[in-house]
Amino acid sequence: MPAVSKGDGMRGLAVFISDIRNCKSKEAEIKRINKELANIRSKFKGDKALDGYSKKKYVCKLLFIFLLGHDIDFGHMEAVNLLSSNKYTEKQIGYLFISVLVNSNSELIRLINNAIKNDLSSRNPTFMCLALHCIANVGSREMAEAFASEIPRILVAGDTMDSVKQSAALCLLRLYKTSPDLVMMGEWTSRVVHLLNDQHMGVVTAAISLITCLSQKNPDEFKTCVSLAVSRLSRIVSSASTDLQDYTYYFVPAPWLSCKLLRLLQCYPPPEDGAVKGRLVECLETILNKAQEPPKSKKVQHSNAKNAILFEAISLIIHYDSEPNLLVRACNQLGQFLQHRETNLRYLALESMCTLASSEFSHEAVKTHIETVINALKTERDVSVRQRAADLLYAMCDRSNAKQIVAEMLSYLETADYSIREEMVLKVAILAEKYAVDYSWYVDTILNLIRIAGDYVSEEVWYRVIQIVINRDDVQGYAAKTVFEALQAPACHENMVKVGGYILGEFGNLIAGDPRSSPLVQFNLLHSKFHLCSVPTRALLLSAYIKFINLFPETKATIQEVLRCDSQIRNSDVELQQRAVEYLKLSSIASTDVLATVLEEMPPFPERESSILAKLKKKKGPGAVSVTELEDNKREGGELNGEGDRGPDPAAMASSNASTPSPSADLLGIRSAAPVGAAPTSVGSLLVDVFSEAGPAAPSAAVNDDGFLSSASPSEDPAPPLSEADELLNKFVCKNNGVLFENQLLQIGIKSEYRQNLGRMYLFYGNKTSVQFASFTTTVSCPGELQSQLNASDQTSGTTGRGWSPDPTGTQHRVLTDFSDAPLLNIKFRYGGALQNLTLKLPVTINKFFQPTEMTSHDFFQRWKQLSQPQQEAQKIFKANHSMDTEVLKAKLLGLGTALLDDVDPNSENYVCAGVIQTKGQQVGCLLRLEPNGQAQMYRLTLRCSKDSVSRRLCELLAEQF
Amino acid sequence: MIGGLFIYNHKGEVLISRVYRDDIGRNAVDAFRVNVIHARQQVRSPVTNIARTSFFHVKRSNIWLAAVTKQNVNAAMVFEFLYKMCDVMTAYFGKISEENIKNNFVLIYELLDEILDFGYPQNSETGALKTFITQQGIKGQHQTKEEQSQITSQVTGQIGWRREGIKYRRNELFLDVLESVNLLMSPQGQVLSAHVSGRVVMKSYLSGMPECKFGMNDKIVIDKQGKGAVSDDAGKSDLGGGSSGKQSIAIDDCTFHQCVRLSKFDSERSISFIPPDGEYELMRYRTTKDIILPFRVIPLVREVGRTKLEVKVVIKSNFKPSLLAQKIEVRIPTPLNTSGVQVICMKGKAKYKASENAIVWKIKRMAGMKESQISAEIELLPTNDKKKWARPPISMNFEVPFAPSGLKVRYLKVFESKLNYSDHDVIKWVRYIGRSGIYETRC
Repeated sequence: MPAVSKGDGMRGLAVFISDIRNCKSKEAEIKRINKELANIRSKFKGDKALDGYSKKKYVCKLLFIFLLGHDIDFGHMEAVNLLSSNKYTEKQIGYLFISVLVNSNSELIRLINNAIKNDLSSRNPTFMCLALHCIANVGSREMAEAFASEIPRILVAGDTMDSVKQSAALCLLRLYKTSPDLVMMGEWTSRVVHLLNDQHMGVVTAAISLITCLSQKNPDEFKTCVSLAVSRLSRIVSSASTDLQDYTYYFVPAPWLSCKLLRLLQCYPPPEDGAVKGRLVECLETILNKAQEPPKSKKVQHSNAKNAILFEAISLIIHYDSEPNLLVRACNQLGQFLQHRETNLRYLALESMCTLASSEFSHEAVKTHIETVINALKTERDVSVRQRAADLLYAMCDRSNAKQIVAEMLSYLETADYSIREEMVLKVAILAEKYAVDYSWYVDTILNLIRIAGDYVSEEVWYRVIQIVINRDDVQGYAAKTVFEALQAPACHENMVKVGGYILGEFGNLIAGDPRSSPLVQFNLLHSKFHLCSVPTRALLLSAYIKFINLFPETKATIQEVLRCDSQIRNSDVELQQRAVEYLKLSSIASTDVLATVLEEMPPFPERESSILAKLKKKKGPGAVSVTELEDNKREGGELNGEGDRGPDPAAMASSNASTPSPSADLLGIRSAAPVGAAPTSVGSLLVDVFSEAGPAAPSAAVNDDGFLSSASPSEDPAPPLSEADELLNKFVCKNNGVLFENQLLQIGIKSEYRQNLGRMYLFYGNKTSVQFASFTTTVSCPGELQSQLNASDQTSGTTGRGWSPDPTGTQHRVLTDFSDAPLLNIKFRYGGALQNLTLKLPVTINKFFQPTEMTSHDFFQRWKQLSQPQQEAQKIFKANHSMDTEVLKAKLLGLGTALLDDVDPNSENYVCAGVIQTKGQQVGCLLRLEPNGQAQMYRLTLRCSKDSVSRRLCELLAEQF
Repeated sequence: MIGGLFIYNHKGEVLISRVYRDDIGRNAVDAFRVNVIHARQQVRSPVTNIARTSFFHVKRSNIWLAAVTKQNVNAAMVFEFLYKMCDVMTAYFGKISEENIKNNFVLIYELLDEILDFGYPQNSETGALKTFITQQGIKGQHQTKEEQSQITSQVTGQIGWRREGIKYRRNELFLDVLESVNLLMSPQGQVLSAHVSGRVVMKSYLSGMPECKFGMNDKIVIDKQGKGAVSDDAGKSDLGGGSSGKQSIAIDDCTFHQCVRLSKFDSERSISFIPPDGEYELMRYRTTKDIILPFRVIPLVREVGRTKLEVKVVIKSNFKPSLLAQKIEVRIPTPLNTSGVQVICMKGKAKYKASENAIVWKIKRMAGMKESQISAEIELLPTNDKKKWARPPISMNFEVPFAPSGLKVRYLKVFESKLNYSDHDVIKWVRYIGRSGIYETRC
C-alpha cells in the first residue's frame, strides 16, 4: 500500500480489497463479501453513532462491493449523511456513492438535492465543484428540475471562481442534453456568449461546448458569438505558442479550443461584417500556412494536434464554400495528405476531399488528384480507406473523366470487398448512365457490370438498363447484339439472363438478319439458360418467348412445343403454369393482327427520378452530401440523356417493385395487358384480370399515365375555402379529435394536442377509392394578418396511396398573439386524371390555448370586478340550438379548455369558468358565466377577458355551441 | 468421441492439455477459459457449447477438468470418464490439487495416453493401471520379460482387472455399504421428495482367482426364494437400525463394476464376480421407497416487525436409541440484511457465519429417539429494497451407522477351487454408513 497519512488511509478498506484480490475462487470472494456486508450492517445498525471516518470507510467498501457486481440495498442514508460533512474526503466519497448508486426515484432524492443546494451556495469552490459534478453525473430529470435555474446564475456570476465556472458550464451542457425543455437561457444568453472573452482558457473551452450545443438549437439568439469566436480564434492562432503556457499542447496553442471554435463557426453562415470576415479568412490562411511549416516536434501528439485544427479549418472552409482561394489551398493541402504515411490521415484527406469535390470552386483542383486516388483504391490495405477512395472517385467524376473512372471502378470491382460491392455497383451504374456520351458504351459498361458482379447488381440496375434501351432507338440494335454475345458465355448470371430475355424479346428482330443470330438460334440460346433460373426469371423468359412468336412466326411451332411440355403447363408454380397456359392459347387462337397488337413493342418509359439514385441514397443515409450534390448536377447534364427532364421509371417499374403482391410480375406484364383489354378476345379478358392483380398501380393508373404527365405541369392556385368550412370549424371548438372532412373520395381525420402556446395537429388522410391518388400535396397557410398572429408550420411527409396513410401529416402551431381567423389547409391531388383542389379551415381556435385555472368564489368575483371596463366584457343572449342537458353542457365547457368552477355562482343553475390563454407574448385571463334559462330556452353568455378582442372572439365562437 | 482433455487451475491457467483429435485447435483451450471459467455470470451447466464445440467439465476443489469434442457424443459417457479419471488420479497421488498436478505432470500424461486412445476410453481400472504405470521410475524397469508379457495378456485378456498369482497369508475382505440420503420436506413435515443413493465398496485381499457371490435383501430375490432361505444369513447382518421390520427392499436401479457377470444377474439376479485386488466399488444403487429418515427438522420462523426475526428449530432423531449419529450440522439460512444474531442452544455449538449467511449449529453425537432445539433472534437492517426474503430451506448434515434404505448384506461367499482355502477361512468385515446428501426442510 502506498504510504498515506493516517487519517485518510482507510486501512480497513485496503485490507478488504487485498483480501478480495487474494481470493482463489469466486466462492471464496462471495464468502468474504458476505462477511464484510454483515459487518457493515451490524456497524450501521449499532446504536452508537459512527464517526465520519468509519462511515466513509464503510461507504467506500459498499461502493467497491457494488462495483464488483453485487447488489447493495443499504447504506444510502449513510452516504447522504456524508454529504453534510465538512471534510473534503468524506464529502467526496458521499458524492461518489450517490452518483454511482442512487437511482432517481429514491425517496432520498430530496435530501440529496438539499445537500447539493447547500454546497452550491457554500462559496467553497471545491464543494461547489463536487456538487456540480454530482449533478452532471446523475443528470436525471429531477436534478434538472431542481437546479436548471440555479446553474446559469453560478455560471455568469462575477465572483465565481474559474474552476467552478468550468464545471458549471459542463454541468449545464449535460442538463441541456438530457432535458432541453427545462434549461431556459433567456436573459443569460448574452452573458454566456461573453464567456468567450473570459481570461481563463479553461472556462472558454468549457463554455464553448455549451454555446455550440445551444446555438445549434436556437442559432439566432447566439448569433453574436460569431464575432467573438473569430476574435478569440485569431488571438490563439496568431499567438506565439508560449503565450498560453498551460494550454499549449506539444507546441500547438490550445488545440482543443481552436477546434471547438472552428466547429462553432460551422453552425453559422459566413459572417457578413467585412472586418470579421477578413479576420477569419486571415486566421484560416494562417492555419493553412502553419501546416506547411516544418514540425516543431517529432512527437505524434504535435502533428495530431496540428492536423486536428487543420481538418476542422478545412471543413469550415468547405462549409462556407465561398472562398475559391482557400478552397483550392485546402485541396492542395489534402492532396499532400493523400500520400502521407499515416493511414488515418489518408482516410481523413479522402473524406474531406469528397466534400470538396462537390464545390464548384475546387472541383477542378480535386480532379488533379485522380491518379493518386485510383492508386489508393488499388493499393490501400484498409477497406474503410478504399471505401472513401471509391466515394471520392464517384464525387469527382464528370464528363471529362467518366470513362476512366468507370473503367477503374469496374476493374476494381473484381477484387473489391464484399461489404462495399453493392454500393460500388450502384455507383458505377449511376456514373455510367449520367455521363454516357454514347449509349453503346453505357450498354457495354452495364453488361460488364452484371458479368463481373452479378450477385450485387440489384433489381433497380437492370430495370434501368432496360428503360434506357427502350427509350433510345439508336442503341436497341447494339444492345440486342451485345446481350446476344454476352449470353453465349457458358455460365452467365441470372440478371444477365433477365436483361437478355427482355431485350431479345423486344428487339431480337433487329439482329435476326445475321444467320449467326437467327431467331431459332436466339431462342435456343435463351432456352438453354431457362432451367438454371429462378421462377421470376423463368416467368420473364416465357413472356419473351411469346414475344418471339410475334416477332418470328417461324419459331411458333418450337415455342408452342416448349410451352406445351409438362414442365411448363403443369408447373407447380401457379404463375408459370398460368403464363404457359395463357401464352399457349394466345398463340394458337389469336390471329396475327391481334397477336401483333397484344405483343406490341413496349412504349417508351416516362421518366422519373432514377430509382438507382434513390437506392444509393437509402444505402448511404441522409449524411451523404455528395449524392444530393450529384442530383443537382444531374439536372444540368440532363439534356445528354436525350429525354430531357423526364426522369425514368413508370408503371412497369411499379409492377416489379417491392410492394408488388405477386413476386413473379415482370416488366412485360402490365404494358401488354392494356391493349389486350381493348381487343376483346375470350382469352384477353382473362388476361386483364390476371394483370390487374399483378400490379399495385392497377390498369387505370397505367392507362392514364400519360394523361397524368401532360396535365401535371400547370400549377393551380389553391381553391377558395369550402363554403361549409366555417361550419366544420365550429364542430371542433370543444373537441380535439374527430373527422374534419369527408366526401366521396377523401376522408380527413384530425387529432390535436395543445400545451401552453404550442399546438400540434395530426391530419390523417384516408383514400376512400380503390385507386391511388397521384401528386398528393398539402399546404398550410395563414391568410392575411393571421400570419403575424400564429406560426403554422407543417411537416408533411409524402402521403399518397390507398387506405389510411401510414404516417400522418403533422402541423405545428405557435400562438404569437390572439387571433380570430383560422389557418387554411389546401389539398391537391389527382384522381382519375382530374385535379382535385380542396381548401379547408384548420380547427385552430383561440380557446384551444386555454389553461384551466381553479379559483374560489371570492377570488373569482374579485377578478370579475377588476375586469369591469366595458370593452373587456362581451355579452350575448341567444336561443339554445341544442338540448339544455346539464351533463352535455358541462362536457362542452370542459372541452373548451377552461376550468369549470363549482360553488362559485350563488345560483347553482349557472355555469362559471375560468382560464388563461397562453400566447407567446402574453397571457390573457378569461372569466366566463353562462346563465341558462330553462323555460325560455335561452342562454345569457358573459365573458370578461383582460384583452377585449379575445372576449369578442370567444363570445362569437361559443354562441354557436349551445 | 473426446477430442481433447484440459485441466485448468482456478485462475484459468492450463495445467494439462492433451489433444486427441485434429478438429480441436489450440483456441479451444482459450474459448473454455473465457466463456466458462472467467464468465461474468457463473456457468452452472456442466456442458457448454461454444462455436460448435462441446465442453464437458467437472470441478474438483479449485481444479477444472474439461473434455472437449466436436462430435455428438454420449454426454453421460464423457462424465463417467471424467469421474473415473478423477478416481484414477486420486488413487495415484491423493487429493487433486494444483500442487499435486504440477508435481505429477509426467504421470498424468502417461495416464492420459493409456486411458484414452484417439478419444475412445480404454481400461481405466486403477489396479490394472498400477501394474504398468508406476511411480517408482527406474525400479519399474526391473520387471522381467515374462512379467511384462503377463501385463499384456492380462490387460488384453478376458479378466483385465485382476492378474494371476496373487497370494495372501490372510484372506481378508472388507465390505462397506455407503449411503447418502436426500430429502426435501415441507414446513409441516410432509415429505416432498426423498431418495437414497448408495454404493457397495469392497476391499479384497484374496489369493488366487476367487469367485465371489454377493447377496442382499433385494425384494425380487427374497420373493423368489420364499421364506426358508432367508433366515440363516439375516440374523448375522441385522445391524441396521430403524423400526423397520421389513425384510426386503425395492431397488430402483443399480449399476455394477465391470467384474460382475451381468448375464447371470439378468437371468438369476445373483451377483457373482471375480473381484479385482484392492479397493473398488462393486455396485451403485438407488431406492425411493420406505426410506428411514434419521432426522426430523421442525422449523418455526416468526417475523417480529420489520427489524426482527425469531427462529426456533427442533431436531428429532428417529432411529434405535442404541445407535449414535455423528457429525450433525444444521444450517439455518439468515436473511441478506441481517445485522446481528443471538443464538441459544441446549446441545452442541451454534454460530452465526456471516460469510455464508447462515447460522451453523454443530452437535458431535446424538443418540436415537432424542430431540434437541435451538432458538435464535435475528436483527435486521431496514432496506429500501422491496424484495421479500426468499426463505431458503434449512439443510442438515450427519452420519449414522446404518443404511437408511434398509439394505442388508445377506452373504458374501468366496469360492476358490484351485487353492485350498474355503469360504469359512476368509475373514469378512461389514460396515454400514448412512450420510446426508441434500437433506433439506423448508421453513
